[in-house]
Amino acid sequence: MIWETVRLSLLSVRRNVLRSFLTLLGIVIGVAAVIAMLTIGSGTTEKVKADISKLGSNLLVVRPGRPAGPGGPGGLDQATRPLGSKELAALVAHLSGARAISPASQKQVRVIFGTESLTSGVTGTDSAYLDARDWKLVSGRPFSDSEIRSGTGVCLIGETVRQQFFGAGDPEGEIIRVNRTSCKIIGLLEPKGYTGFGQDQDNVVLMPLAAYQRRIAGNRDIDSIYVAADDGTATTELLPRVEDILRDARRIPPDREDDFSIRDMTQIADAMASATTTMTGMLGAVAGVSLLVGGIGIMNIMLVSVTERTREIGIRLAIGAHEKHILIQFLVEATVLSLLGGIIGILIGLALAGLASLTLAIPFAPSPAVILLAVGFSALIGMVFGFFPALRGARLDPIDALRHE
Amino acid sequence: MSGSLLITFDKVWKSYGQGEATVHALAGVDLAIRSGEFVAIMGPSGSGKSTAMNIIGCLDTPTAGTYSFMGIDAGRLDRNRRAMLRNLYVGFVFQGYNLLPRTTAVENVELPLIYRGVAARERHDLAMKALAEVGLVGREHHTPAELSGGQQQRVAIARAIVTRPTLLVADEPTGNLDTARTHEIMELLTRLNTELGLTIAMVTHEADVAAYAERTIRFLDGHVASNAVNLEVV
Repeated sequence: MIWETVRLSLLSVRRNVLRSFLTLLGIVIGVAAVIAMLTIGSGTTEKVKADISKLGSNLLVVRPGRPAGPGGPGGLDQATRPLGSKELAALVAHLSGARAISPASQKQVRVIFGTESLTSGVTGTDSAYLDARDWKLVSGRPFSDSEIRSGTGVCLIGETVRQQFFGAGDPEGEIIRVNRTSCKIIGLLEPKGYTGFGQDQDNVVLMPLAAYQRRIAGNRDIDSIYVAADDGTATTELLPRVEDILRDARRIPPDREDDFSIRDMTQIADAMASATTTMTGMLGAVAGVSLLVGGIGIMNIMLVSVTERTREIGIRLAIGAHEKHILIQFLVEATVLSLLGGIIGILIGLALAGLASLTLAIPFAPSPAVILLAVGFSALIGMVFGFFPALRGARLDPIDALRHE
Repeated sequence: MSGSLLITFDKVWKSYGQGEATVHALAGVDLAIRSGEFVAIMGPSGSGKSTAMNIIGCLDTPTAGTYSFMGIDAGRLDRNRRAMLRNLYVGFVFQGYNLLPRTTAVENVELPLIYRGVAARERHDLAMKALAEVGLVGREHHTPAELSGGQQQRVAIARAIVTRPTLLVADEPTGNLDTARTHEIMELLTRLNTELGLTIAMVTHEADVAAYAERTIRFLDGHVASNAVNLEVV
């Protein structure tokens, strides 16, 4: 009986191809929008998480200046005392639970090789930097201790810098000019790609901190200190220890606030991931409204269908159909319609998400749960919005219905 | 020729509207049809013949009085019980054929069996058999648009008899047909009446069509004006 009714409703869908298609359109667009939004959204969340973990996992970043709280100007109100080798030495000497502690000072500088030039992020640091940021070398070697100590003009370059100057060639041993000082390439960094904010993480040149300070910055300041927690230590556990050591090293009296900030990259990652999730949910909800509109479309067309087929309903009632038979017939028809729309919508939505993941370079992350939900929801819409028209059909008086022209 | 009482009207009234505007389509009609009879119902429009037919076919219920069908007080049954009664015991043939458009002859004939819950295979076999009985072999998979008026009415008759009903209600079954087709259809109905013992109640306004029946009941202004055995059976 039910199978018979489903077959019948498919027949009726086929008999009115154009009308069925137009009815479906609302549901198709709604479901496609929801699926595309949620799939792109979860891809973005994954991308953001991956980006932040590229900065290094379990990482604390110390910067000079008061922490930027909500509404606070964040260290711009006073002449901030820079970080220096004193703080770095204190952390190296006293901090436990850290896998790597590394200074980093950075500046956008023009880098030249031959006739080519490129503005690149030049960072002065030490050999622990690679460890702190989970960064590996594709070829060459890290800085040696003597190079760090004496500030020799040697550097490690990122993939973008290599491509700009050497194409696919081997850059090792070549000399590039960084801000009028020369620098010998000793290694190539593993490519990291773009961040979620469109920043090229491979357009970098690393050199020993002492060399950077002397030849590029012209001072002995340290812009930031990276502290990576070891596997057994949570960053939340490490953070107060770093704070204590730094307050002590900078001799901040107990009644004064910190004049430096410590950022926990793990927490930032979580916060950003949850922000994208919220965003995804909101976009999904907006797309959901179009599903509702699609449902009203179904109701509209089912009402038309019931009116158009009044005579058919009369015949069916005359030859012995019960109210429930007519009700089920039109309900199944509405459900089949909206399910069909749902399935087409899912395919289109996934295609859109696939396209977006290609162009935006985010992972394609379709969720079976979301797809199942979309199927269920579109069937539900058919039933809910098909019910009223179906009931109207079922309640018709057979005599009137038969007389209907 | 005449069996037990199949249909009785006992002072049946059917009224529409209220107060001054009340119209009595049927005004205390008494009527009886025996099992196996072929009865023609005639009368001018507004005489109450259609209303009487709707009540006979269990599509409608009287406002007052008793309508009994097969000994059942059918006038007091609810919609779904009357639907069940129609499905089990009544076949309908209409003037305008009333076939489902864009649906093949055999699918049209299968329709009442669907609501009986007959399995697909058996349904198909029964429908093919009914179509053969009305002389439509070879046309089973044509849609109404591909069939002539006479053929469409034969499909409608096949649909009415596929359930092996006790009663066939025919409302102007030849109203849309030419003379030759009319006689073919009437001969088919007569044959079903004699061979299957099918009771037929037929509304018509043509005397030569009514002449195929054994008895003619004439309605006028909501009353039975005459009720006579046809002397000359064609």
